[in-house]
Amino acid sequence: MMLHTMLALATLAGLAAAVGALLGRVSDRMAPDAPSIAERIDALLPQTQCGRCTYAGCRPYAEAIAAGEADINRCPPGGDTTLRALATLLGREPRPLDPQVGPAQPRQVAWIDETRCIGCARCLAPCPVDAIVGARNLAHTVIADHCTGCELCLPPCPVDCIELHPVGVAPGDARLHRAA
Amino acid sequence: MRAATAFPAGLSLTAHKREALLRPLASAPPPARAVLAMDQGNRRSALPTAAPGQRVRIGTPIAIDPQTRYGVIHAPVAGTVCAIEVRPDATETGSGLCIVIENDGSDAYDPSLTPVADAEHAAPGALIERIAESGIVGLGGAAFPTSVKLATARAKGATHLVLNGAECEPWICCDDALMRARADRVVQGARLLLRATQAGRCTIAVEDDKPEAIAALTAALTACADERITLLAIPSVYPAGAERQLLATVTGVEVPSGSLPSDVGLLCHNVGTAAAVAEFAATGIPCLRRVVTITGSGIAQPGNLDASIGTCIVDLVAHCGGYVGAPERLIAGGTLTGRALATDEIGLTKAMNCLVAATSADLAPRAAEMPCIRCGDCASACPAGLLPQQIHRWLASDDPEPRLRFGLGDCIECGCCDYVCPSRIPLTPRFHAAKALWRLRADDAQRADAARRRFERHEQRRLAAVEAERRAFEEARRRARRLDDGRS
Repeated sequence: MMLHTMLALATLAGLAAAVGALLGRVSDRMAPDAPSIAERIDALLPQTQCGRCTYAGCRPYAEAIAAGEADINRCPPGGDTTLRALATLLGREPRPLDPQVGPAQPRQVAWIDETRCIGCARCLAPCPVDAIVGARNLAHTVIADHCTGCELCLPPCPVDCIELHPVGVAPGDARLHRAA
Repeated sequence: MRAATAFPAGLSLTAHKREALLRPLASAPPPARAVLAMDQGNRRSALPTAAPGQRVRIGTPIAIDPQTRYGVIHAPVAGTVCAIEVRPDATETGSGLCIVIENDGSDAYDPSLTPVADAEHAAPGALIERIAESGIVGLGGAAFPTSVKLATARAKGATHLVLNGAECEPWICCDDALMRARADRVVQGARLLLRATQAGRCTIAVEDDKPEAIAALTAALTACADERITLLAIPSVYPAGAERQLLATVTGVEVPSGSLPSDVGLLCHNVGTAAAVAEFAATGIPCLRRVVTITGSGIAQPGNLDASIGTCIVDLVAHCGGYVGAPERLIAGGTLTGRALATDEIGLTKAMNCLVAATSADLAPRAAEMPCIRCGDCASACPAGLLPQQIHRWLASDDPEPRLRFGLGDCIECGCCDYVCPSRIPLTPRFHAAKALWRLRADDAQRADAARRRFERHEQRRLAAVEAERRAFEEARRRARRLDDGRS
């Protein structure tokens, strides 16, 4: 009788251990890679990487928001659209942009005046998205498709040959409507 | 030839095609100055490769598609490129980059133009590649590159080619004129398109209000005796010529939302496109001309012209006797799906199938918009089976929930809902604007993704450089310490 009980208990314990190990393994292997809250915030940011929020880029700002260290109204390139999207995601009341970070900044693109560029290469490293092509003593140029208009190339330029130009059609532009 | 039933919606509209069909298809003279818009009406802006001052001959490629690198716009006249500048064009924004060529009158062809040798037995891939160089696009009005469509259809194994000769818009009749005059070219084009896609059969669908075109095609089909190609008369209901609606009418198959016709084994091309392919294969001359209907009560002698791409509209109108009365609006394309032009100093594009100079007699007075009374007339008229009133309500809400779209992506912007709306709500323009906004947002999202990836790589590189510097520093310090130890 005793033996039977022991045997039953041992079988059950073994089975439980085996199933537990299996389930553990499966759950490790098939862990749902749901995006973290910081990733979801990052996805809503415009990825300008301008650092005007005082963080080192969009991802660090997203992590700061997720950690509760930063408010959601510190992104000038995102403007009202990003602010509202963040408010919806986080269930907060939308508030106007923090005056500390400056007014909303519509999309723009940097342009280098190649007649004035001296080829000092100082703007290459600060560009967060590697959108400037150039080398020492050769004129530089901006790949407009990659430029986010972050303005980080402006301060290092010793001859002020970089200008920022507005681009594209703004959402809500009257030209989007058909005239016929 | 057999009759078929149409899709259960749409409109029966009064046709205004007779005026322009009174005269046979005429040929417009080559323009003294050709204005070629880089966006020929398909939102794929070509990249100019010609430089100002360059001498070009007829058929010389002057702009390439930035993605495929094929020359997609060719010089329609021989002469000198005199300007590459932003000018008014027929696009939504009203202006865009154009190449202007001054005609020197020599009519010299580019020596590199060669016909497609033995096109009917050419390898499908090679044939599609030749068509890609020819710059032929869908001449029905969407101007989508024909070679791209053919390559997709061939890759997905489309089995049934439908040639669209429906032409349901009330004023447009350029395809009708083309089918009457060049039915043999259309049939020859059908054979080449079958060759390129390896499809097994072809149906040429024509609305039954075009008996002359049907007779011409029947004669051409009898002459060529190709049993893969059949002719089908379909009821004339607007918009029977819209791609998905036409395929539903002809084959009974509904192309699912979010899919392409080639996903269900179908392929649709305009009859004009087929004729252009045949023309190119026979002569080697790329897509330089198209047939355009010049009509409306504001035109003295409405008609169909076979004109060079880039001919200014004002010259085409002059060829049709000039303006009469007081045209109030110039519309490129049909009256239901077309776009108003700001000026007639715009070059003919590959997409422009019709030009209506409308006087006040043609235009319905624009009544004030009233609130939606939820009558549902728009839903019964919608050929795409949507609920326009629901979409409208959703778009009018403060913050349209992007997940609910009520199928707006499937809206073909035919204008049926506008036409029947008793409250005169401009539904189609609003849907059009909403879709344009989506496209902008999608572009932004794509750009942000690219910037994020580039920033991540940039950061990785920066951190690696910092780390390498730190290691080098420590290594140097260790070495210095060792030296010190050795000395002491």
